[in-house]
Amino acid sequence: MKIFRMLGRSIRDAFKSVIRNFSLSLASISCITITLIIVAIAIMASFNVQNFTKEIERDLTIVIFLNNDATEDDINQVEHELRKIDNVDKKSIEFESKQEVKEQMQKESEVFETVLDEWDDSESPLKDTYQVKVKNVEKIAKTATQIEKLDQVNSVRYGEGMVDKMINAFSSIEKVTYGVVIALVIVTVFLIINTIKLTISARRREIGIMRLVGASNFTIKTPFIIEGMILGLLGSIIPVIFTTYGYLAFYEHFDGYLFTQLIQLIEPEPFIYTTAGIVVIIGIIVGMIGSAGAVRRYLKI
Amino acid sequence: MDLIRLKNVEKKYKNGVTAIYNLNLAIEKGSFTFVIGGSGSGKSTLIKMLYREEKPTKGQIIVGGLDVARLRNTKVYKLRRKLGIVFQDYRLLPKLTVYENVAFAMEVIGATKEVTRKNVLRALEEVGLKNKVHNYPDQLSGGEQQRVAIARAIVNNPKLLLCDEPTGNLDPERSMEIMKVLDTINKTRGTTIIMATHDKEIVNRMKKQVVTLKDGHLVNFKKKGTYVDENI
Repeated sequence: MKIFRMLGRSIRDAFKSVIRNFSLSLASISCITITLIIVAIAIMASFNVQNFTKEIERDLTIVIFLNNDATEDDINQVEHELRKIDNVDKKSIEFESKQEVKEQMQKESEVFETVLDEWDDSESPLKDTYQVKVKNVEKIAKTATQIEKLDQVNSVRYGEGMVDKMINAFSSIEKVTYGVVIALVIVTVFLIINTIKLTISARRREIGIMRLVGASNFTIKTPFIIEGMILGLLGSIIPVIFTTYGYLAFYEHFDGYLFTQLIQLIEPEPFIYTTAGIVVIIGIIVGMIGSAGAVRRYLKI
Repeated sequence: MDLIRLKNVEKKYKNGVTAIYNLNLAIEKGSFTFVIGGSGSGKSTLIKMLYREEKPTKGQIIVGGLDVARLRNTKVYKLRRKLGIVFQDYRLLPKLTVYENVAFAMEVIGATKEVTRKNVLRALEEVGLKNKVHNYPDQLSGGEQQRVAIARAIVNNPKLLLCDEPTGNLDPERSMEIMKVLDTINKTRGTTIIMATHDKEIVNRMKKQVVTLKDGHLVNFKKKGTYVDENI
C-alpha cells in the first residue's frame, strides 16, 4: 500500500516537471520520436529481410538436366544416386519428363506452342529434369557439383548469383541502419540526461529538504526516473502511429510484394502490433537509461 | 540512558581546517542542551555530524543506537527519521502552504493521508499556528515561519530535535517565543533537544545544560549552565 502511495506521488511529480520544463521536454521527446521512427524502420526492414531470405532459401531448387539420350533405366539410376547424396532433401525429388515440360510451356504461351510442335522428341532442346531441394542452403554449391558428376547428368542449375547479391545488399543496408540507430540512441540519452538535470537543479531545495526529513534515496530518485520514462512514452506516440499505419499503407500499396514476386512482405497483422510494442518498450527504456544517468551524475545523495 | 554518545570525535575538513578536536560527550534522553561558542568554535559542525551531513574523520558517534559515522549514504534516511532538524533560515518550500510544508515531511516517508492530517494538525497546534494552515510562508513573519519549521521537524514524532541557531534571524521577543515552543515540546513530548546558539540572553534565561566549545575543543559541560564570556 505504501509503495503505491509513493509511486502515485512520484508519477504526479514527474508529470508536473515534464510540463514545467516543457521546452526542454519537447526537445527530448522530438529526439526520441526521430530515433524511434528510424528504429521502427530498421526493425521492420530487418524482419522482412529475414523473412524473405528464409522464404527464398526454402524455395531454392536445384534443377538437374539429363542427357537427351537418357533411357528410363538411366533416369531411375540418377534418382537412386540422388538419394545417396546427404544434403539432398529426399522428399523433394521431383521428376519432369520432356513431355511434361513441353506441355507446360505450351500452356503458358502460344508462341511456344507452335515452335515446340515442330520438333519431335529426338531433336527437342527440352530435357528430362529432376528438381531437388537441399537441406542446407550454404552447401548448395558443393551438392550441385556432386550432382553434376553423376552419369547422364547434362547440367545443373540453381539460383546462384542474383539471390546472393540481393541478400547481401539488404544485409549491408541493415548494418548501416543499426549504426544510425545506435548513434541516435546515444544522442537521445544525452538529451534526456540534460532534461532531467534541469529538473533536478530546479528542485534542488526540495530534494535537500526531502533528504533532511528522512526520504529514502529511492523515494527521491523515482520521480526523475519516471519522468524519463514519460518522455520516452510520449516520444513513442508518433513512431507507433507511423509503424502501424505506415506499414499498412506500404503493404497495401505494393500488394504484399516488393519489386518482384520473389520478395514477399510480412503480413501486417500481428507484425505491426509487435513492432509498435517493441518501439514503445525501447522508448521507455531509453528514457529510463537517460534519467538514471542524470540521477546518478547530478544527484549526489 | 544516553541518547547520544560521542567518543574521541575529530573532524578535519578537506581544506585542512580542524573543526572538532577529540570530543567526548554523552547526552541523556529527554534533556535540553545548548551548544554554545563563538564563530568557528565547531558548534555547527557538531550539529551537522549528529544528522550525518558531515562525517567525523575519527571517533564514534552513536545517535539512538545508530553508528552515525559508519552509516552508509543510502541508509542516512534511517537516522533522519529519528530526528527533526531546525535551521536558522527555516528552509520551507515557498510554493506550499503551511499545512503542505509540514505534511511534506510525512508524505515523503509514505504516511497515509489520515495519519498525516492528524499529526500535522497536532504539530501545528503545538507551535500555535493552527489558524494559519492555508497561508504561504511568505505571508508569515520570521517567527511564524520558524514555528512552521519546528512543526515540520516534530511531525514525525522524533526522539531528537536538532536546532542550528534557530533564533539567529529573529528579534529577542520572537526568539523567546521560539524558546517557549521548544521548551514545551521538550516537556510534553519528552523530545531530546540540542540547540546551537550564540544568544547569551536565551542561554542565561533558560537555565539548561550547556556544552561550551572553543576552537574545536570542549571547554565546559554544565547542568543548568550559563553563557560565560571568558569561555568564548
